[in-house]
Amino acid sequence: MEMSEKMEKINRMAGITERSLWTEITEGGFVYGAGNSVFFNTGDWRTKAPVWRAENCKQCLLCFPVCPDSSIPAENSKRGDFDMFHCKGCGICAKVCPFGAIAMTTAGREEKEGAGHE
Amino acid sequence: MSKRDRMSGNEAIATAIRQIDPDVIAAFPITPSTEIPQYISGFKANGLISTEFIAVESEHSAMSACIGAAAAGVRAMTATSSAGMALMYELLYIAASDRLPIVLAAVNRALTGPININADHSDSMGARDSGWIQIYSENAQEAYDNMLMAHRIGEHADVMLPVMICQDGFITSHAIENILLEEDETARAFVGVYDPPHHILDPAEPAAVGPYSVSPYVMEMKRAQFEGMARAGGVILEVAADFEKTFGRRYGFFEEYRMEDAESAILIMSSAAGTAKDAVDRLRGKGVRAGLVKLRVFRPFPAAELAAALSGVKALAIMDRSDGFSGNGGPLGAEVRAALYGRADGIRTINLVYGLGGRDTRVEDFENIYAELEEMKDGPTDASPYCRHIGQRENTNKGTD
Amino acid sequence: MIEIRWHGRGGQGAKTAALLLADAAFEAGLYVQGFPEYGPERMGAPITAYNRLDGAPIRVHSNIYEPDMVVVVDETLIGPVDVTAGLKPGGRIAVNTNRPPEAVRDLFPGTGAEIYAVDAADISTRNLGRNLPNTPLLSVVARLTGIVEEKVFFAQMEAAFRHKFASKPEVIAGNMSALREAWFGAVLVNGDE
Repeated sequence: MEMSEKMEKINRMAGITERSLWTEITEGGFVYGAGNSVFFNTGDWRTKAPVWRAENCKQCLLCFPVCPDSSIPAENSKRGDFDMFHCKGCGICAKVCPFGAIAMTTAGREEKEGAGHE
Repeated sequence: MSKRDRMSGNEAIATAIRQIDPDVIAAFPITPSTEIPQYISGFKANGLISTEFIAVESEHSAMSACIGAAAAGVRAMTATSSAGMALMYELLYIAASDRLPIVLAAVNRALTGPININADHSDSMGARDSGWIQIYSENAQEAYDNMLMAHRIGEHADVMLPVMICQDGFITSHAIENILLEEDETARAFVGVYDPPHHILDPAEPAAVGPYSVSPYVMEMKRAQFEGMARAGGVILEVAADFEKTFGRRYGFFEEYRMEDAESAILIMSSAAGTAKDAVDRLRGKGVRAGLVKLRVFRPFPAAELAAALSGVKALAIMDRSDGFSGNGGPLGAEVRAALYGRADGIRTINLVYGLGGRDTRVEDFENIYAELEEMKDGPTDASPYCRHIGQRENTNKGTD
Repeated sequence: MIEIRWHGRGGQGAKTAALLLADAAFEAGLYVQGFPEYGPERMGAPITAYNRLDGAPIRVHSNIYEPDMVVVVDETLIGPVDVTAGLKPGGRIAVNTNRPPEAVRDLFPGTGAEIYAVDAADISTRNLGRNLPNTPLLSVVARLTGIVEEKVFFAQMEAAFRHKFASKPEVIAGNMSALREAWFGAVLVNGDE
């Protein structure tokens, strides 16, 4: 199957939400396409959010493999900013960071909470 | 060209299955359906079918294997009776909810207890709310014909539901009767090839079946399932029309026997319908305006059509070969009265539970029922509907014995 | 319609005989039913099997209460079982017995039926080496019903036995000779045939 076709199938699943009509849900609840959990917003389960302080980051990449939700994108041996659509705010990344480059914050209270690295 | 033959209902079902040559059969033996997987094993051993036969360790596993096979996009079938069907109940609901067009040959037998091997409808009636299409057969011929139609109904894109083809244990399943069989090629051509729109083993389209559904999805899925069952009626008639065109035998939701001007009617399913028809003929010979409706399709329930067919009668006996123990009549009694309500009010109805555990029902028993209807037919229309068991030993029994 | 009720004991082959009779009648172009009354399989327990044979399709699916013919595979059933219950006036009885005719008549007082006696046990033992009274009785019943000609019947049965006994063909000849001997082997004990 062509990638575009595959994405079309997966995108069909992306269109199914808790607001979908009965006519829009797949017959028998079939779930088509692998990896369509990317469309599921787990970001709104979060009470704390990580903040990447790029200026402290040495690109050691200790954080990227420990993220349970694959919310730290890494490419060409360098990490990028968090995928906040999926990050559940568990704070593991902040725990493993040796350089204070990840701060855990509560919405609107970033400064008071301070650094995540202890 | 149809071929004249004689065989039991079980052999008729097995013959249809051989002609269909399904991809997978998973079954566990239970009287009186045991002969069906037994015949299938023989066909397989003799190279007459290419079916993958899975000898499972229980009916729960049989239906589970069918669900797996059907989800993988193949034709899956099984056969069972009584306690075997009860052990499948959990999976019956899953098969229907997952919209998998599995076909089950049901050989109706009483559910324990007391333990008994003979015919009644308590097994499939217990599964009446499972979401399966249910079609009942009067004799071996109908069991064979219904089986040839089953896949086309269940697999239709508008339906996608499992189908149960029922016949009475022993009375039909084990009695030798005349039958017309179709040629293997024409039967197979009629059934056609199953081309599922999706299946879980398609590498081009990975898929999962039977996911956990949180509340916000369940009612939408059930609404879609309801639609499949609602559409099944039209498909059943469509397939029956093509069956008649191809093989010459006519089927509908139900058969109306001498109903043109009938004042007293019996509504009944399966093998005892033939016995009751003989009673109708005897009474017609005496000038009694007796008629009969034999219900073939119980799920989906053809409420409007039945009400129209019965609208002219004055008194109606609804015959249940199981008691739902509602305290207010059997499942057929409840369904038929609900169908009549608001569509054909004023018909005097009685609901009679008969033939449990294979209790024999004679032509004379039906003559007695018609006699009771004749007494009722000009009586008050507002008499409370009631239910009664007939055929058992009692001191004061208005019915039989 | 001809309605026949078979009375035997579990293991004596009454059911098989009823199914073979249905086969023979089917081959003769009739509509048929052949069925036993089902229950637990118990060797020696009284069992009943039934045949309906007709020129028109058969719809009734009850047991037979007013038979045209009763077949008594084992005479020890007479008494414990009311074998002639409901037998139609002018009906027939075929009984496996070695009693003299007057004693056979006494077995069925007041039935008004034509009684045919055949020593099926003896015929079976001599031809088959075993007491399987169903085979001789099948032949007697087939003749009495008049559904099929002698030669046609024997040809059909030979074919049926070849199918049924495919794994032990040595028993076919004995079965066939038992059938042939029994065709005219029954004696009408209460009148002229």
